[in-house]
Amino acid sequence: MVATLAKRFGDLDIAEDAAAEAFATAIERWPVDGIPPNPGAWLTTTATRKAIDRMRRESTRDAKHREAELVYGRVDDSGAEPLGAIDDDRLRLIFICCHPALAMEARVALTLRMVGGLSVPEIARAFLVQDTTMGARITRAKAKISAAGIPFRVPSAEDLPARLTGVLAVLFLIFNEGYLASAPDTAPVREELTGEAIRLSRMLHQLLPDAGEVTGMLALMLLIDARRSARVSSAGELVPLGDQDRGQWDAAQIAEGHALVRSRLASGIAPGRYQLLAAINAVHTDGDATDWAQVVALYDQLVRLDGSPIVRLNRAIAVGERDGLEAGLALVDDLEPELAGYHAYHAARADLLRRLGRVSTAREAYDTAIGLAGNAAEIAFLTRRRDAVRPS
Amino acid sequence: MQYLVNVIDGRSNSGTAEEMVAIDAFNEKLQAGGHWVFAAGLADPTVSTVIDGRGDEPIFSDGPFVETKEWAAGFWIIEAPDLDVALKLMAEGSKACNRRLELRPVLPEPQ
Repeated sequence: MVATLAKRFGDLDIAEDAAAEAFATAIERWPVDGIPPNPGAWLTTTATRKAIDRMRRESTRDAKHREAELVYGRVDDSGAEPLGAIDDDRLRLIFICCHPALAMEARVALTLRMVGGLSVPEIARAFLVQDTTMGARITRAKAKISAAGIPFRVPSAEDLPARLTGVLAVLFLIFNEGYLASAPDTAPVREELTGEAIRLSRMLHQLLPDAGEVTGMLALMLLIDARRSARVSSAGELVPLGDQDRGQWDAAQIAEGHALVRSRLASGIAPGRYQLLAAINAVHTDGDATDWAQVVALYDQLVRLDGSPIVRLNRAIAVGERDGLEAGLALVDDLEPELAGYHAYHAARADLLRRLGRVSTAREAYDTAIGLAGNAAEIAFLTRRRDAVRPS
Repeated sequence: MQYLVNVIDGRSNSGTAEEMVAIDAFNEKLQAGGHWVFAAGLADPTVSTVIDGRGDEPIFSDGPFVETKEWAAGFWIIEAPDLDVALKLMAEGSKACNRRLELRPVLPEPQ
């Protein structure tokens, strides 16, 4: 509803306030008058009236008001919007919230607030900042949207892929913050964030069913999240993929993720980054054990699209499983100059060294990884592994 | 709405002949599309003078008013219906002048 109102009035504040007022009116009147036959349409109509009232009050000369009266001056009581228009508005709202002219943290906050409908205190808690700080961040972002003239519009077909990449980056950041919470004093997996990221991705997938990378993102999140309950032990320790109890995985989510990956494969269109990551996770969740040759082949494709050191690290780990630990270690060691400050690099190296029986270098690598890691469950896991490394 | 676009530079008098040709072509495109308001290159910041006329007697002093590693070497003022149009246009402008740009909305006239 906020999306529809924001489209109509070109102002997020007015839209939000009007929606809140409409809900308040409903709470007051429905118990007395009875629930209207079409509650959604009733709310939208009421909110539209409230918004027009507010703009009349605020400025009779305001251009927005003139426009609104011109177009929506007569508010139809039947009030129902065709579904297509509402979907369009929701899509516009996503693109405006994830606009590249906004700072990344503002995009995340705005998307959760405006599209996800989370409250300011909820978002503040999710990102461990004060309510007032988060409130100010959202207010500043909205002020920039209005002052800088960011349009409430779905990007043109030509600009859509680049803008969609930006939207997906926001959704993946929300998911990752939930999946591998970076602060040591929070729960290791925060379902309020992973759940919201999946919900938003699902919505985007419904709005843009032909966008392969959106499908890939939804599949990726489902396949990672399906392993959630097996991923942290009852002692609060991270459990690596190979040691997880596959019976604890969410079979329905895995099935849905696999179906999405298959639908992309069937399209015959070359997969993008998220589709490849989803395919890798589909291999990890297929059968009783990972087929590492397939994983390496997919990482080979991914490296061609994104040759970042983190992708090459994951490829190196997969090569280690396919071709032997020494081969993996050699590739991992090559990445030292680029990844020396990244905990997962040292954790991967420590694991290879431990399994190769190189006790003292393994312990050193675990120490470095523990020093750089932020996630409580990961630190617990690395510490136990380090303490278990003894000369045989 | 109107946008001020500053050309970010860190060297003095660094423009090249090729860049000027590209900028001229870009400016013609702006004019043809109805986006052109004004544009100019600026002299080096060391040539600036600071004016303070707030007291009884105006004070003139050698600039720049703030020492920075980067400054505006020139600017455009363009007309565009919204930020997305402005960004797309000025991405070409950045390529033409071979510099990064900073875009800021010009405040609308109070109604």
